[in-house]
Amino acid sequence: MLEYWNPLIERMPVDELEKMQEKKLKHLVNYVYQHSDFYKKRFDEAGVRPEDIQTLDDLKKLPFTYKSDLRDTYPTGMFCVPNEQLVRFHVSSGTTGKPTVVGYTKNDIDGWTTSLARAMTSIGVGRGDIIQVGYGYGLFTGGLGAHYGAEEIGATVLPTSSGNTERQIELIQDLNSSVIACTPSYFLFMNEVAEKANVSIENDTDLRVGIFGAEPWSEEMRARIEQATGIKAYDIYGTSELSGPLFTECQYQDGIHIWADQFLIEVIDPETGEQLKEGERGELVITTLFKEALPLIRYRIGDITVINKDPCKCGRTHPRIMRVLGRADDMLIVRGINVFPGQIESVLMTIPEVGEHFMIVVDRVNELDVMKVQIEMTDQAFSDKVNDIIDLEKKVASALKSVLNISVKVELVESGTIPRSMGKAKRVTDNRNL
Amino acid sequence: MEDKIIKQISLFAENKPGRLAKIASNFRKAGINIRAFTIAEAGDFGIIRMVVDRPDKAHEVLHDAGFTVSETNVLGIEMEDVPGGLGKIADVLGEKNINIDYAYAFVTKTEQALLILRVNDIETAIKVLLDSGIKLIDMADIQQI
Repeated sequence: MLEYWNPLIERMPVDELEKMQEKKLKHLVNYVYQHSDFYKKRFDEAGVRPEDIQTLDDLKKLPFTYKSDLRDTYPTGMFCVPNEQLVRFHVSSGTTGKPTVVGYTKNDIDGWTTSLARAMTSIGVGRGDIIQVGYGYGLFTGGLGAHYGAEEIGATVLPTSSGNTERQIELIQDLNSSVIACTPSYFLFMNEVAEKANVSIENDTDLRVGIFGAEPWSEEMRARIEQATGIKAYDIYGTSELSGPLFTECQYQDGIHIWADQFLIEVIDPETGEQLKEGERGELVITTLFKEALPLIRYRIGDITVINKDPCKCGRTHPRIMRVLGRADDMLIVRGINVFPGQIESVLMTIPEVGEHFMIVVDRVNELDVMKVQIEMTDQAFSDKVNDIIDLEKKVASALKSVLNISVKVELVESGTIPRSMGKAKRVTDNRNL
Repeated sequence: MEDKIIKQISLFAENKPGRLAKIASNFRKAGINIRAFTIAEAGDFGIIRMVVDRPDKAHEVLHDAGFTVSETNVLGIEMEDVPGGLGKIADVLGEKNINIDYAYAFVTKTEQALLILRVNDIETAIKVLLDSGIKLIDMADIQQI
């Protein structure tokens, strides 16, 4: 049976939704212009005044906001409210540069929670479910975000955070967790540890749903996870700058619903900044419609995707974005060609002999980029004939080359030697000093 | 004929320091004796092939230590330590169109020369070798070497 958290809004006719967006957008531009020196300056420089924005079509007149703006104004230079109105800070890890700080008012937390409550309901999770939250708690948004969403829908939260994998498996069994929320790579690692302890996730636990995200993962990886563990695996999407994890697919697993009353999305040509038509692949740009502390106008999140506004089988009218295989931050440029780790994952997961773990190593040898993909030898793939192994390396290399258009050296390594991650998987070692 | 099959331990190892030491220390702890041993090296990786006195235990120990390991059926042939000994074996197999995937030899304490062979058709190989009067050793022989 289909259930909705906010049925009226989630099934609202598109024209009404757009009217609501228009109203909120007009309010937003006035709000940021008055409350943030950063936005006032940015608008003035672009020669736009709040009153120039009257319809959704006027959105394209507004200047973009970038992650670098958050870094340049570190820590709170873009905030629109004084600190005493904040109820929380989250701080990004800063792995790809200076960290970014996001502040939340009470309403910001509520909006974030509502978004996840709708999302969790849309995958059939609710009261009676025991949700084991294996995302990190703390400055990272994953743990607390999922926690609040889960409590909101009346589920029982088991806040394990990440790590202590044996304990996670024990608790899944002892407390009958039915839902697990963590990174897909961490779940695969959990499954590995469970198997070693002769625990079958499928037969010995009540787990039925996984809410996986915080790192890009492919459709092929989903098939592997569902097949190996018997659970339904759902993609969750978001980013700390926008709040944290926010959106998921619905039960039909056909794109991620973006709540249009809360966020306005567009897809642009990353080179020219021009808006693209529905169905065209481009860079996702998001405008927050409810946030008070740190609203973002036309934020260049850096993910490449396609917007789908077709009505979904689930009855929700909100637009969907198709699976995101990589964020611009994750993109590698190898010999001038753009490579997303997600593309590599998606190729590897179609080859049955290849396990779930891999590492991309990029070096520069004699002024030339050399990309190597390390994969682990598996029991199924192992042959004691050298030629069989070399053939497997060649098979994987040629499958990768046909998709990436560059030569890749494939190296088989011993099983268990590629580092396992409890949070976001590290898929790339770039030894070039770029 | 089944009893003429020798279970060889094959394992995948990256070509890096310490791998052999790890295998040896696991065997030492488990009291496993290596009878014959070879490494097929191919750049970044190698395949280590071993005939040991207790292959099932060796498989378990290595698997638990995290190695990718398999048991492979091979033949153990006692060679006449005279010129032409190897040639005879190769001829017998060649006539029946049986391919040798790989081979390695070792000499025992009792000064027998033993040849370990992996072939593409082990059942036929056993038959033709026995028919030609060639002596095949079995796991019991391996334990007594």
